[in-house]
Amino acid sequence: MKVLVAIKRVIDYNVKIRVKSDHSDVDLTNVKMAMNPFCEIAVEEAVRLKEKGVATEVVVVTIGPKAAQEQLRTALALGADRAIHVETDLRVESLGAARALAKIVEEQQPGLVILGKQAIDTDNNQTGQMLAALTGLPQGTFASEVAVEDGRLRVTREIDGGLETLELTLPAIVTTDLRLNEPRYAKLPDIMKAKKKPLEVRTPADLGVELASRIKLLKVEPPAERQAGIKVGSVDELIDKLKNEAKVIS
Amino acid sequence: MSILVLAEHHNGVLADATAHVVAAARQIGGELHVLVVGEGVAAIAEAASKLDGVGRVLVADHANYAHLLAEPTAALMAQLADDYGHVLAAASTTGKNVLPRLAALKGVGQISEIIAVQGVDTFKRPIYAGNAIATVQSEDTLKVITVRATAFDAVAATQSDDGAAIEAIDFVADNDQSTFIEEQLAESDRPELGSAKVVISGGRGMGSRENFQLLERIADKLGAAIGASRAAVDAGFAPNDMQVGQTGKIVAPELYIAVGISGAIQHLAGMKDAKVIVAINKDEDAPIFQVADYGLVADLFEALPALERQL
Ligand SMILES: Cc1cc2nc3c(=O)[nH]c(=O)nc-3n(C[C@H](O)[C@H](O)[C@H](O)COP(=O)(O)OP(=O)(O)OC[C@H]3O[C@@H](n4cnc5c(N)ncnc54)[C@H](O)[C@@H]3O)c2cc1C
Ligand SMILES: Cc1cc2nc3c(=O)[nH]c(=O)nc-3n(C[C@H](O)[C@H](O)[C@H](O)COP(=O)(O)OP(=O)(O)OC[C@H]3O[C@@H](n4cnc5c(N)ncnc54)[C@H](O)[C@@H]3O)c2cc1C
Repeated sequence: MKVLVAIKRVIDYNVKIRVKSDHSDVDLTNVKMAMNPFCEIAVEEAVRLKEKGVATEVVVVTIGPKAAQEQLRTALALGADRAIHVETDLRVESLGAARALAKIVEEQQPGLVILGKQAIDTDNNQTGQMLAALTGLPQGTFASEVAVEDGRLRVTREIDGGLETLELTLPAIVTTDLRLNEPRYAKLPDIMKAKKKPLEVRTPADLGVELASRIKLLKVEPPAERQAGIKVGSVDELIDKLKNEAKVIS
Repeated sequence: MSILVLAEHHNGVLADATAHVVAAARQIGGELHVLVVGEGVAAIAEAASKLDGVGRVLVADHANYAHLLAEPTAALMAQLADDYGHVLAAASTTGKNVLPRLAALKGVGQISEIIAVQGVDTFKRPIYAGNAIATVQSEDTLKVITVRATAFDAVAATQSDDGAAIEAIDFVADNDQSTFIEEQLAESDRPELGSAKVVISGGRGMGSRENFQLLERIADKLGAAIGASRAAVDAGFAPNDMQVGQTGKIVAPELYIAVGISGAIQHLAGMKDAKVIVAINKDEDAPIFQVADYGLVADLFEALPALERQL
């Protein structure tokens, strides 16, 4: 079974972002970029499926600017076999990303597609579900456990009330939650080897997809700042403040 | 154009979140219908019909809709959506699972987790773990939107005795792709994390699952819900449904007490809209103190028993 993994280049999760002074967007100049953490988990899961003999090949794909090839190389170093880069400098929204990914699914015919549940920049949490709709495939979102059994996929999902287990027909779309696995680090020899693995560059035009978005970004503002309050010296003082000053307990 | 709101429900009860989403819908304006999807959901439809501002309740009650699996639920909603200008749902794990699928079936974008309505097509939503607020405008004719429940005050029940008309939907979406196997739901007599007035959360500093009982005893006294940081959930101190943060639950209680939590941005994303924040941490430089109204630098194993005694 071939496994396709979609990864996204985003701001490193440790970076504190700044909003541009003209409020047009977030300032990403000279900011450290990395693979979206949920996508790292997706790559790890695919590589583990290959190590277990369930997957035969792991293909990674990204839609984004030229620089996103760094993240594809990282995925190759982590164990993916080959990469596809759909190159664009446009601001791609989830639906556009899903349309491009649907074309890649049509071409590659994977048995399973794994995506992150959300990208930590736009926090959309949409692309996997949209891809499932466009390809007509079932979806197992927010997965904390997946297993292929008798040609079907068992997915345990993190839901608001606890956990839910579903069985899906294959091919299927899975999106990863934090506890699906703990991704490994790439070793230096693997990073060297990754440079020689195949990376194919495509364009939205040759895939025949329209990436233009119908959701306009009008403005980006910093959130209302919270002022740091005071330090209290004891539990007594804390209770007194909560009762008499903040009046949130009685 | 009219607005369709997907009702959120759990264990046969209409969830509070629905009344918050209805409030957001009323700000957009227009005729408002609530869709109840599930199996054996008559009582939920009845409850939804009593929400202020609801003009009609549509009910799709069928075994295929049990557990609101994404495939049949989105297919059903795609059948209904042409009559509406907006489709809204709570940004719950159900809404997040179903609405993007619906949007793609209709060939439109989706707007996630709005926190303010600026007009019929313009909304505010947090990005980058709440470190920036984007104002976005949809040019799609159908707007598919999830709503952050805590950002809108719930509508009340109607004053009139008889609620909105309830109408059965006969369309049954086939589903041979996904099968529900089982669920493990956390059982608790405490208030729901998302709507509790007081939340007390523990982090890695709690040290063990057993130590979470220190929080439980205080929660009992305050009528609070219990939350956790990701580190506490990953370490097995608390179940996943208790995680507060960018990738967990978003809470906005009157009082949030963070115990043994350092205050990573991903955690702050889930709780910094609380009215009053208390932090208990032994490290006086912990970033959580930068957002806390009241900070107590103390060992939690001394502070929590003292707090419990004095409440
Ligand atoms: C050059 C460029 C600049 C951009 N600049 C901005 C900006 O300044 N501000 C802004 O708000 N947006 C920007 N975007 C848009 C943002 O990248 C899109 O919103 C995004 O591609 C759609 O995914 P999402 O974040 O909504 O994904 P989600 O639905 O949150 O992501 C879920 C998963 O989908 C997959 N996925 C998502 N996107 C891609 C992708 N492109 N390739 C492969 N897999 C993917 C990943 O597995 C990811 O974990 C930019 C995009 C590009 C290409
Ligand atoms: C993609 C992504 C998504 C994430 N999503 C979330 C999310 O949704 N929610 C979330 O919470 N995190 C999330 N995280 C993780 C986040 O970055 C932090 O790692 C996490 O919040 C840390 O948890 P903590 O504060 O409990 O642990 P730590 O950072 O280890 O802090 C423990 C604190 O306890 C204090 N302490 C220890 N012992 C005592 C004692 N005896 N008395 C008093 N204080 C004590 C310490 O001083 C310290 O400040 C995410 C991370 C990533 C990469």
